[in-house]
Amino acid sequence: MEVFVQQVINGITIGSLYGLIAIGYTMVFGIIGMVNFAHGDVFMVSAFFALIFLLVLTSWLGIASMTLALILVMVVAMVLTGLLVWAIERVAYAPLRGSFRLAPLISAIGMSIVLSNFIQVAQGPRNKPIPPVTRDVYTLWEGANGYPVNLSLKQIIIWVVTALLLAAFWYVVQKTALGRAQRACEQDRKMASLLGVNVDRTISLTFVIGAALAAVAGTLFLMYYGVVVFSDGFTPGVKAFTAAVLGGIGSLPGAVLGGLLIGLIETLWGQYVSADYQNVAAFSILVIVLIFMPQGLLGRPEVEKV
Amino acid sequence: MNSAVKSKDGAGIDFGRALKDGVLIGIVAFALLGPLVGLKTDQNMANELILQNRLGLAAILSVIIGVGRFLLSAFIYPWIAARGRRSKSAVTLAELEARARVTRGLSVTGLVFLFVYPVLIISLFGVQGSIKWVDNYGVQILIYVMLGWGLNIVIGLAGLLDLGYVAFYAVGAYSYALLAINFHLSFWVLLPVAGILAAFWGIILGFPVLRLRGDYLAIVTLAFGEIIRLVLINWKDFSGGSAGISSIPKVTLFGIYSFDMGASNSFIKAFHLSPSSAYYKVFLYYLILLLALLTAFITIRLRRLPIGRAWEALREDEVACRSLGINTTNTKLTAFAIGAMFGGFAGSFFAARQGFVSPESFIFMESAVIVAIVVLGGMGSMIGVALAAVAMIGGTELLRELDFLKLVFGKDFNPDQYRMLLFGLAMVIIMVWKPTGFVSARQPTAFLFKRKTVSGDLVKEGHG
Repeated sequence: MEVFVQQVINGITIGSLYGLIAIGYTMVFGIIGMVNFAHGDVFMVSAFFALIFLLVLTSWLGIASMTLALILVMVVAMVLTGLLVWAIERVAYAPLRGSFRLAPLISAIGMSIVLSNFIQVAQGPRNKPIPPVTRDVYTLWEGANGYPVNLSLKQIIIWVVTALLLAAFWYVVQKTALGRAQRACEQDRKMASLLGVNVDRTISLTFVIGAALAAVAGTLFLMYYGVVVFSDGFTPGVKAFTAAVLGGIGSLPGAVLGGLLIGLIETLWGQYVSADYQNVAAFSILVIVLIFMPQGLLGRPEVEKV
Repeated sequence: MNSAVKSKDGAGIDFGRALKDGVLIGIVAFALLGPLVGLKTDQNMANELILQNRLGLAAILSVIIGVGRFLLSAFIYPWIAARGRRSKSAVTLAELEARARVTRGLSVTGLVFLFVYPVLIISLFGVQGSIKWVDNYGVQILIYVMLGWGLNIVIGLAGLLDLGYVAFYAVGAYSYALLAINFHLSFWVLLPVAGILAAFWGIILGFPVLRLRGDYLAIVTLAFGEIIRLVLINWKDFSGGSAGISSIPKVTLFGIYSFDMGASNSFIKAFHLSPSSAYYKVFLYYLILLLALLTAFITIRLRRLPIGRAWEALREDEVACRSLGINTTNTKLTAFAIGAMFGGFAGSFFAARQGFVSPESFIFMESAVIVAIVVLGGMGSMIGVALAAVAMIGGTELLRELDFLKLVFGKDFNPDQYRMLLFGLAMVIIMVWKPTGFVSARQPTAFLFKRKTVSGDLVKEGHG
């Protein structure tokens, strides 16, 4: 029982990160019908932004307060990752609207390769460990066999930040002019543009918002695991995509739900079935969902238009 | 809006706007490169991360990008726009035929060159000196040519973006390695077996994903590729885990001669040659050349069959294809299976050549390289894919040879690091700039050579 609760806590923590990344996939897919293959690597680059600014703040500027440093780092990572994705969208995706079906996907695959190899060249191929941001761990209760159920401060931070961000994000999508324009573009791009919505700008901003959420995930990832390496984008990227598909691609609550489910399935599988085959389980879910339930849990069935 | 753009272009080059563009892009570039390139994280003696200041380098790169953007806005875009305004006449049949003639001429010369290449190299560098050129360049490039041609069937002809092609390569390699070691079967028996097994896996993996749209299909094939690799890593009893399988037997000359030095029927002893592995390399070169040509030959023939036509129709429009009565399931499955089969052939050759296989050789990046080769060569064009493989694989091998680059970029300049970066950039540029491929464009395989009048009694109901 204690083991199970502990793994659920861990699973929700990882799942929140997957959910944050998955929103980027699902929003972009909803609005232009494209799988942004480079999104996982954007997440990895954001973790590097966070790493570099954490070092700047702590070792160069000498900021001692970890809370302050963490907030600053998160904001800087969000801004820079947003800028990066804005540039990527302008250079690699925007010119391809109206090109043949696979062109944006191939371009995104190219971009993903560019990002991970650029980081490898610029920052070196080795693991980048940071000292733990906080070591605080709270023991919730101890089981009869002495097995404690722990909740670390890091996990609480991840839960709180994710919840706050999702609330803010939900507000943007539901209540602001930008969110309205986004939803309009999602339903019918041509009609939206006829009604005066700046479609190009809306699409760019959609990419930027997705990137900002991925940047938060990147910062939290760095804080939680305390290490990042240039190849870290691939597996979380595929898992977050799985989350988006599982929740129903195009559906925002679906992305979060899918993320949590993937996180839980992954940790519980690792605990009870086989730690070696943890990633195999996650990838298999992707395959199974796409084959048997392509519309996902909360998505609408897709109709192919000619 | 169109006329406004035109009048602006007509008025000459807008330097002010170009300058603004350039400066803005330069600033954006510095904001991004400043941290990523300018502040390199490094570990010091105490294993703590420290920052290494390289802001100068970042500034130089940003200026280069800004100036590049300025030149693009000021000169290249207006030039392209001016060129685009010139009326483009439709491609005539004569032009198409001329192009086809050039392609044919190129193929024949290329083929002759490929067959005399080892002879040429041996006469230039001697037997021992030829190993590098035949093995590193010849065999290496030809493996990728063959993989490119195999994947070309799936991506280029059938239009199914397969990101897990390396899985079939792995199936071929492991089937040869395991069957040869455990059952002592010869390469010549196992080559078709590996191909059949890979094709079988192609069908198994292809069957569930048939209903999926293009981009879903891409991700699912990627997931399959990763699953196969992860199983190979973790199922240690079966595949030896990440340690891989070593001492895989060499290919024999049809069982008559062996290339092992110590064997009683050694090729070198039989012909009283000086002991050298160069003969084996030359043999491998011709083997992979023939395998690659087999791939090309079968593809070219299949393209003329109904199945090949169906592939290309499927690539252009799946819905139209289905409404014309083409069985899309069978069409996709055959493309998957035949593509996978060639991947399996290449895989078993790879295992025999290396003498060692491990899951490390079958990572996603390997798939990405093959996809990049197909995309850069122009999806569907055989000669384009071959030239792209030569340029990309041979090019990076050549970079390693150029010692003066070390003087320019410093002692620890390693071109291998930049290989995938260049591949990725090339993929993006090609999609943005020339989606039909750098090297060559795919051409329609079916067109009428001359206009024919069709008499009325042939077009009545129920006839063509």
